Amino acid sequence: MNPSEIIQNNINSLSYFLPELILTGMIVVLIIADLLLKKENSAWTSLLALGGLVIAFVAVLNQYDLGSRSIFNDMLAVDPFALYFKLLFLTSAAFVVLLSIGSVELAGRPVGEYFTLMTALTLGLFLMASATNLITIFISIEFVSVTSFILATYLKTRRRSSEAGLKYTIYGAFSSGLMLYGISILYGLTGTLDIYEIGTKLAASSANSLALLISIILMLAGFGYKLAAVPFHFWAPDVYEGAPTPITAFFSVGPKAAGFALLIRFFNVAFATEATNGEWAAIAGVNWSQLLAVVAAATMTLGNLVAIVQKNVKRLLAYSSIAHAGYALMGVVLLSDQGVYATLFYLVVYYLMNIGAFLVVIVVQDLVGSESIDDYKGLIWRAPLPAIAMGVFLFSLTGLPPTAGFIGKFYLFAALIKGGPGFYWLAVVAIINSVISLYYYARILKAMYFDQQDEKEPASLAVSPYYVVLLIALVVPTIFLGVYWAPLADLANYSVEFLRAL
Amino acid sequence: MEIPISYYLLLSGILFTIGVVGVLTRRNAIVVFMSIELMLNAVNLTLVAFSKQFNSLDGQIFVFFVMVVAAAEVAVGLALIVAIFRLKQTVSIDKINIMKW
Repeated sequence: MNPSEIIQNNINSLSYFLPELILTGMIVVLIIADLLLKKENSAWTSLLALGGLVIAFVAVLNQYDLGSRSIFNDMLAVDPFALYFKLLFLTSAAFVVLLSIGSVELAGRPVGEYFTLMTALTLGLFLMASATNLITIFISIEFVSVTSFILATYLKTRRRSSEAGLKYTIYGAFSSGLMLYGISILYGLTGTLDIYEIGTKLAASSANSLALLISIILMLAGFGYKLAAVPFHFWAPDVYEGAPTPITAFFSVGPKAAGFALLIRFFNVAFATEATNGEWAAIAGVNWSQLLAVVAAATMTLGNLVAIVQKNVKRLLAYSSIAHAGYALMGVVLLSDQGVYATLFYLVVYYLMNIGAFLVVIVVQDLVGSESIDDYKGLIWRAPLPAIAMGVFLFSLTGLPPTAGFIGKFYLFAALIKGGPGFYWLAVVAIINSVISLYYYARILKAMYFDQQDEKEPASLAVSPYYVVLLIALVVPTIFLGVYWAPLADLANYSVEFLRAL
Repeated sequence: MEIPISYYLLLSGILFTIGVVGVLTRRNAIVVFMSIELMLNAVNLTLVAFSKQFNSLDGQIFVFFVMVVAAAEVAVGLALIVAIFRLKQTVSIDKINIMKW
């Protein structure tokens, strides 16, 4: 291709890049607005951020008419798969902005940069969901990482927050170093950075399988770090506990889902060949789906077992979110459309119930000023609505009917059983883990519903109407999707179709 | 005289290993960041060596991105170390341990 064609391709691509351009514009507007507004008025920037997210949402919906295509000289893909994740990121980011507005942790602090970085983080997630070149993959992961480091440390005068930020940064830089080494080996094996070309080259030639295995394991370090999958999960509990709670809610949903998007796209394009009936075969020499299955089993087991002993609700939810990454990974190991479809569905369900659970943590923080399970005692008598909402979210996280979590898990198990006897053991591990998870979720429920509250505590606490609206906005879909999930299932099914060949 | 590519790869492998061992064993946050830089530079060496091997520019372009990102990461990391030092008067990773398990 000559230079003028390359430039022409870039110019033509701009119109397919509209949602990202809107977010970029919004970041600039936010920075300027933050400069102009007085410090005590900086909370107004939240409305600007929210507006930007809504406009970008509309732009993403409009992209559904365009079909699949590759833009910027095969650097990014615009396809239903990426759009599905973009919608997930935008809605979860909007919820997190709403959560942040009322948060007591941020009250009295200048928050202009906070919302600017939130928007920037969303932009980074967009790029992660659509990257199809090793350069864009690396840049988007780092984009998300660096903005997350700053957001985790936003309460820098609090020891926990700055400690969380430092741990996050060290783990993040270390795992991105490992991933880069994996990328460089992969580049050495194939001589290209484009994941489609890597896929064809690896399928055509028999690369040294030991070198390929090392490269895959090193790259898994980078992806596993984003998913918080064992053994790259060490940062998660500390960061989740130390970061401002709305940001914790976003970390447990946005970057995790983006990590899944990247993992699914990259592994299925570069390290698999398409077979028939919506199933793929891993490339010869490296059985990475077994490797991922082991990671999935280890992730859910460790997450659930360590969650049992936690006393801080935020930390407990951190370990539970590690465990849920393990469940969602089950769909990826299957190498089938049905597995990916189950994972996509599960990620949306997980996002609703997990953000909901963190919202209750924020509300209780606001009312009681604590995150300890002991301070949840007798919550049902003092503040009935948050307690009932928490019950719904926890039932959903466990996977009990009639909540959305049950349907999500049902799809995952159905895909796993249909995938053949090779992964029955994984299904057994997952079922045992679901039972374990019931135990520690029930501890919170028991504290809220059955334990006596301390005498000195006030008898009833007033929940602000703002939180009531937000709680209802999250409880309703969590139950509704457990009863009538067909629209979401159809959308997820449609989104499995991603750009496969150029 | 042409230097064979295996020499470059060996050197970068050694550098990378030193970096990894440094991250895992050193207790001073600043030294940890230096070790991470060493890992990234090992990667850069591999990329440039392969780029020469394949006669393509991809690897060299990648190196620019790695350098930019490394600079950004270290800028944030050092700012965090300063913030921690103000709170605790130490940059030792062993002493940054309020949260465990």
